[in-house]
Amino acid sequence: MVFTIDTLLFQVLPYVPVALFIIEAIRRYRQRPFSYSSLSSQFLEGDRLFIGSVPWHYGILFVLGGHLFAFLFPRELIAFGSVPWRLLILEVTALIGGLVSLIGLVELTIRRLTRDRIRAVTNVMDLVVLGVLLTQVGLGVYIALTMRWGSMWFATIMAPYLKSVVLLQPNVDLVSVLPWVIKLHIVGAYVFLAILPYSRLVHMLVWPVHYLFRRPQVVIWNAEPGSLRSTGEPERGG
Amino acid sequence: MNVRLQMAMVFHLDKCIGCHTCSIACKNVWTDRRGAEYMWWNNVETKPGTGYPTAWEDQDRYRGGWVQGSDGKLRLRGFSKGGTLESIFHQPYLPTIDDYYEPFTYRYQDLFDTPEGADQPTARPVSMITGKPIDIQAGPNWDDDLGGSPVYAENDPNLTHVSEEDKRLLFELERMTFFYVPRICNHCLNPSCVAACPSGAIYKRGEDGVVLINQEACRGWRFCVTACPYKKSYYNWSTGKSEKCILCFPRIETGQAPACFHSCVGRIRYFGGLLYDADKLPAAASVPEGELVDAHRGIILNPNDPAVVAGARKNGLGPDVIEACRRSPVYQYVIDWKLALPLHAEFRTIPMLFYVPPLMPVMATVENGAYDTTETGLFGVVDNMRLPITYLARLFSAGNEGHVRYALKKQIAVRAHRRMVTVGDLDRDAVTSMMQEVGADAAELDAIYRLTSLPTEKERYVIPPSHREEAEQMLKTDVLRAKGETGFGFLERPVRGT
Repeated sequence: MVFTIDTLLFQVLPYVPVALFIIEAIRRYRQRPFSYSSLSSQFLEGDRLFIGSVPWHYGILFVLGGHLFAFLFPRELIAFGSVPWRLLILEVTALIGGLVSLIGLVELTIRRLTRDRIRAVTNVMDLVVLGVLLTQVGLGVYIALTMRWGSMWFATIMAPYLKSVVLLQPNVDLVSVLPWVIKLHIVGAYVFLAILPYSRLVHMLVWPVHYLFRRPQVVIWNAEPGSLRSTGEPERGG
Repeated sequence: MNVRLQMAMVFHLDKCIGCHTCSIACKNVWTDRRGAEYMWWNNVETKPGTGYPTAWEDQDRYRGGWVQGSDGKLRLRGFSKGGTLESIFHQPYLPTIDDYYEPFTYRYQDLFDTPEGADQPTARPVSMITGKPIDIQAGPNWDDDLGGSPVYAENDPNLTHVSEEDKRLLFELERMTFFYVPRICNHCLNPSCVAACPSGAIYKRGEDGVVLINQEACRGWRFCVTACPYKKSYYNWSTGKSEKCILCFPRIETGQAPACFHSCVGRIRYFGGLLYDADKLPAAASVPEGELVDAHRGIILNPNDPAVVAGARKNGLGPDVIEACRRSPVYQYVIDWKLALPLHAEFRTIPMLFYVPPLMPVMATVENGAYDTTETGLFGVVDNMRLPITYLARLFSAGNEGHVRYALKKQIAVRAHRRMVTVGDLDRDAVTSMMQEVGADAAELDAIYRLTSLPTEKERYVIPPSHREEAEQMLKTDVLRAKGETGFGFLERPVRGT
């Protein structure tokens, strides 16, 4: 086997961020639970956040969900896209999702860089996160615009490749033929995964879905109720 | 019956002089930190006024507390559970820092470093967020003593129920009046902040009912800030966590009153335990508005009732705790005397901080150098107060004027009775009829007088023992090691995550 840059990027590299992600996210959750926060800045500035945050989050959730669906159900996706008008709708919807998230992200970046109050709560890692996300979403939108039909070749090339990675037998041949822009997008995804546990992005891991299932009130006893303060005698005198 | 202990409070507004010592005590102990500069876990407001944060009582704007649905069930005014997750990326009703104020300091060093010149050097105000010079727009107590009335006092949300005529009179210069409302977290029995927390980080302590935010579980989703109708949950913009009044639990666990109570100059604050029936929740908050105060009183249990004592013992409350509840000044003011009322019961959180409504400076007539104290004049002043009773009822009894009127009349009866006893210039029959009207005998009025005017610290603060030593054992730690090591160890500093 010839060891190429592709081998490094698509055979070896994937496991580093995955390992980092799993180990670090858990370690941070257990050792520094205080550091898990959305770090929301809405309290300091709300209107611009609305323009940025809402399209960004809904857009990116839709796009990531699309990637996940294409990875899990490539056959179904290809079957769905085998009719031209359905394929067109699929691609246009995905592109809109990407554009919406990109617009939101650009707005968030401008807000973070230009607002004094927001700059006061910005650290280096926040800028790294913004850089990685801007690159990644920008590349994604560029790919969607120029290399059609993304959903179809994703299902035929990327889905098997990702599957091979998950099964610990990475098949570099599948991706080595892809254009460099797509390769960059894949590497970007690994970088994203690697910085996730070290950045504010951890807030996506603690999305509070359990809220839907809990009772409204929470009462915590230091010990079993009924077992405390049972021995105290009444005070005498005053 | 599920008997639990709640640490509860009474603020006697007739005694509050608005000195803000409580606020400063709290600030120095708990919130003098980056990200918390703007927080006043204890603040003192002038009423009428918009308060802190601006117009916090306007729930059309902030959507705090509970509302009763057509099916009789309570739901959060702000968001359903699904709506919470939907609005998590941007929350429409969240106050921003400008609704409180931008914290500021001054460049004092400029006073020393400025080169000699024609003008006096000045210390410019700078934002404590950005560090840059700012024009101060608001402060923590911007409308103190009716400052800026046309902007603040006239926009008091409670005035919506006051007639136009009364409103006009209210701001006539000669009639103008105001009183102070010190506010801390109410440590409610039906807290909406707890119910609104997506992370489940907020909880009520079973042992004493203190409501706390677990800083390690809080994810900064900020729904508690919106959900608390009293705006007593604050978002720390630096650490990205929400914080609130902790009722100085390290102090009450060691038998000391919270810092704001301890420092109260006017001695307006009373602190004690209440036993309540947790099985009656949230039914007690699900009644029509006018009946809310009675329903709140209805869940508080009599610590002298043998059935209550048995229930308390079953739930692990020791005899000394029950004994402390019997001597609780809060029980006396709220239940025995019915003088203390909850602030904005219509928010339906069942607050455990009660206020004795203030006897406003009345439109008294002066005859022969003394206030008119004839039988026609005396109770008449209750409805002739400079602040209309509708206004006080909005604040303290969810619109039920009867409760406020009773509390005011009773305070006047105490004064009349004591004047009769000490000065002796009042007609005995007139005073007796006043006493009959409020249904109190001389012994009760004397007791009110005594606890209002002459209480010792031990009478004002009756704190049931926490029995930390037993808690330590229950937590299965080595008690001797705990004794030796408490206070040592490694804690994570509360710094912003990346």
